[in-house]
Amino acid sequence: MIERVLRRLPKGARAVAWLGVLVGVFAFWVALPPLHIRNPVVPILIGLVALALGVYAVTRRAGRPAWGAIVAAVAGAGLGYLATRSSISNLDQVVVWSALLAAMLRFATPLAFAAMGGIFSERSGVVNIGLEGMMLSGAFFGILAADKLDSWVLGLLAAAIAGGLMALIHAFFAIHLRADQIVSGFAINVLALGLTGYLFIDIYGGEGTPPNVDRIPNVHLGFLQDWYFIGPILGQLNLMIWLAFFTILLTWIVFFKTPIGLRIRAVGEHPRAAETVGISVYATRYAAVTLSGVLAALGGAYISIGFVNSFNQNMTVGRGYIALAAVIFGSWRPFGAAAAALLFGFSSALAQRLPAYSESAAVLFQSLPYVLTLIAVAGVIGRSIPPAAVGRPYKKQ
Amino acid sequence: MSEQTPAEGAGKVEGQPPGEWAPGPAQRLAIWQRAGGLFVPLLTTLLAFFIGGLVVLITTGKNPLRTYKAIFEGSGLNWFFEVGSYELRVPFTGASIPFPWNTNDFESLAALNLQQTLILWVPYVLTGLAVAFAFRCGMFNIGGQGQYIVGAIMAVWVGSELPGLPGLLHILLAVVAGALTGAVWAGIAGILKATVGAHEVISTIMLNWIALWVGVFLFGLGGPLQNDTQPSVPVSNDILDESKLKVFWGDPLLQGLHVGAFVGLAALVVYWISLNRTTLGYEVRAVGFNPEAARYGGISVARNYFLAMAISGTFAGLAGALDILGWQYRINTNDVQVSTVGFVGIAVALLGRNTAIGVGLAGLLFAALSTGTSTRNLDPEIFRPELATNLTSLIQGLVILFVGADVLILSLLNLRKRRRRVAEA
Repeated sequence: MIERVLRRLPKGARAVAWLGVLVGVFAFWVALPPLHIRNPVVPILIGLVALALGVYAVTRRAGRPAWGAIVAAVAGAGLGYLATRSSISNLDQVVVWSALLAAMLRFATPLAFAAMGGIFSERSGVVNIGLEGMMLSGAFFGILAADKLDSWVLGLLAAAIAGGLMALIHAFFAIHLRADQIVSGFAINVLALGLTGYLFIDIYGGEGTPPNVDRIPNVHLGFLQDWYFIGPILGQLNLMIWLAFFTILLTWIVFFKTPIGLRIRAVGEHPRAAETVGISVYATRYAAVTLSGVLAALGGAYISIGFVNSFNQNMTVGRGYIALAAVIFGSWRPFGAAAAALLFGFSSALAQRLPAYSESAAVLFQSLPYVLTLIAVAGVIGRSIPPAAVGRPYKKQ
Repeated sequence: MSEQTPAEGAGKVEGQPPGEWAPGPAQRLAIWQRAGGLFVPLLTTLLAFFIGGLVVLITTGKNPLRTYKAIFEGSGLNWFFEVGSYELRVPFTGASIPFPWNTNDFESLAALNLQQTLILWVPYVLTGLAVAFAFRCGMFNIGGQGQYIVGAIMAVWVGSELPGLPGLLHILLAVVAGALTGAVWAGIAGILKATVGAHEVISTIMLNWIALWVGVFLFGLGGPLQNDTQPSVPVSNDILDESKLKVFWGDPLLQGLHVGAFVGLAALVVYWISLNRTTLGYEVRAVGFNPEAARYGGISVARNYFLAMAISGTFAGLAGALDILGWQYRINTNDVQVSTVGFVGIAVALLGRNTAIGVGLAGLLFAALSTGTSTRNLDPEIFRPELATNLTSLIQGLVILFVGADVLILSLLNLRKRRRRVAEA
């Protein structure tokens, strides 16, 4: 078992590149609590080491990680330098690692659910811009059912059904009617915005959702509570966060360890070939798209009945698009997308705390996911290459 | 497969598995045009309104027709019914002649409402053209919203600075700056598409959100462009009085219609001419129909991708600039976050089938719908405006959804034709 893991680890220049990334992050980290190194030379020196590793890896053609090391080196040294210039009290207020990481998990969970959904849909060859709308439907119908039926389990179920139905509309137009998948996905977003907003006003009016809605419980891990550092992060997480971890793992297993995943990927890469060997392209795509709606809606339901405990018009405010960005940034791979979701969640968590420095500049952190994804599709640090048949309607013969 | 023969060859792109037909936007337009003039968009719209009416009936039990009538009246379109009933007195004689509108008639409710509708019509048409132009080059510009925002940001900045500049020059400067910023913003996506083949849908979505957060940053508390006199309000400076566009119909204090409406009209004409009567338009459309064939014919595909996106962005940036200079005069972070103008533009272009006339009419439809359902214009006795605003989104979503199903409509039409042919034989 250990041998197998070791065999999968990067070797040679790639290993150097990843080491460079770690050293670059380290350059920033030393200047932060709890270490608090105040001498600006230290992060810059460490950054130079990371830069050297990165340059070495680039010359050895280690690809994306090598460029990542260079970026990490420059950013790590720069941020580390800035941190040494900032006051300790400000640093202590912003960088509370356990709180930051817990917030990161909270922000990343809805993204992770929707991103896994996006992977299912896009890997099967159907672009899913409608993640946002499916999330929003999940958020609304989740809280509606949890409120009226007084059960968060039924809330989740209703969210899943609503998201699945929304996705089914998208699937019908994209697959059977061969509509432009971007148009129909976009239509889902507008439709969901109108539908949830309409029903929300119609049912709850001006008062909003009641405060005592049955919410998804937190998981108390008593034995973890006293552990140093890990306790405050993992001891009190919402059930959905654990489910998100599970979903990511399951997605990876389904895609790369089961015949179902192989079929979905085949349909997304070359539908004609898949059909020739007896795979039903339509059925596979329908199932994948519907599942993507269910997953996105679960992410949405987490926002409304796990995190915020209320609903507002357009409350997902673009999280579906961030999830889409995570899918692309993670190159349509479950772990890649999950890592991207965590990164984007971290930037949201940081944006929430940075106002200690500058209220307005903290907001710019919210755009980090989009900037990174733009860089990723531009191919500056290794191109993200989509499934071959994504976005192409398929006609049965 | 026989019904798709003309477009079939065009739909094949390099690297695509053989035997599959994936129509690009331009081929879809060709389908649309064969599927018959106004018929399909009208059917689409009617169907969307019908479903919207069902929703009204089921959820509130109110008469959908009465609701729609109230929305129609709120939009001011009923003003046209009064056209011709006005009279203009001929000077120095006792006679009076019929005239289309009463220049003193500011207070008529219909006129006021129509002014609001037409104010919205301008950005809807311009962002619609932004989507449509890229469509004709085979690209889907989802980034109209971002291009609109950066155009507005630039216009508010230029418009609120440089005191002492002559009015007309100031306006021109602000409009050009806003339009160019939109062009640059869309141009980023165009360059990425042209050089590394990054899909324009993804990059424009990302650029939308970057523009949004940049706007929130600039005008947010402590931001660089935040109001100088009100440090606790997240809003920009007001633009200077000289840089405000002239209101030519209605009361400037009551948000009358500004001269930007003529820019909207002119943009429709420019769009039609540049696409249909210039070399640039020919190349853009050629690339839209079939990039491979265009390349073979000696057209630089990359250059046209970039140009088409930049021109698209110009339209959207212009929309943002005109909105600022014409009636908003300032912009706050909330405006930046909740504005959906660029997204409506997508619906406008789709329903208008990327033609100049279509975009103009679809823009009018959606502008009337937005105005008619606004809190200010809809009679709350008949229908709650908060509900109606969402009804608008619902109808827009349905329109976009049905417009996307053109292949179905086409095959239905063809099926009917074929049956008829069989029956005749």
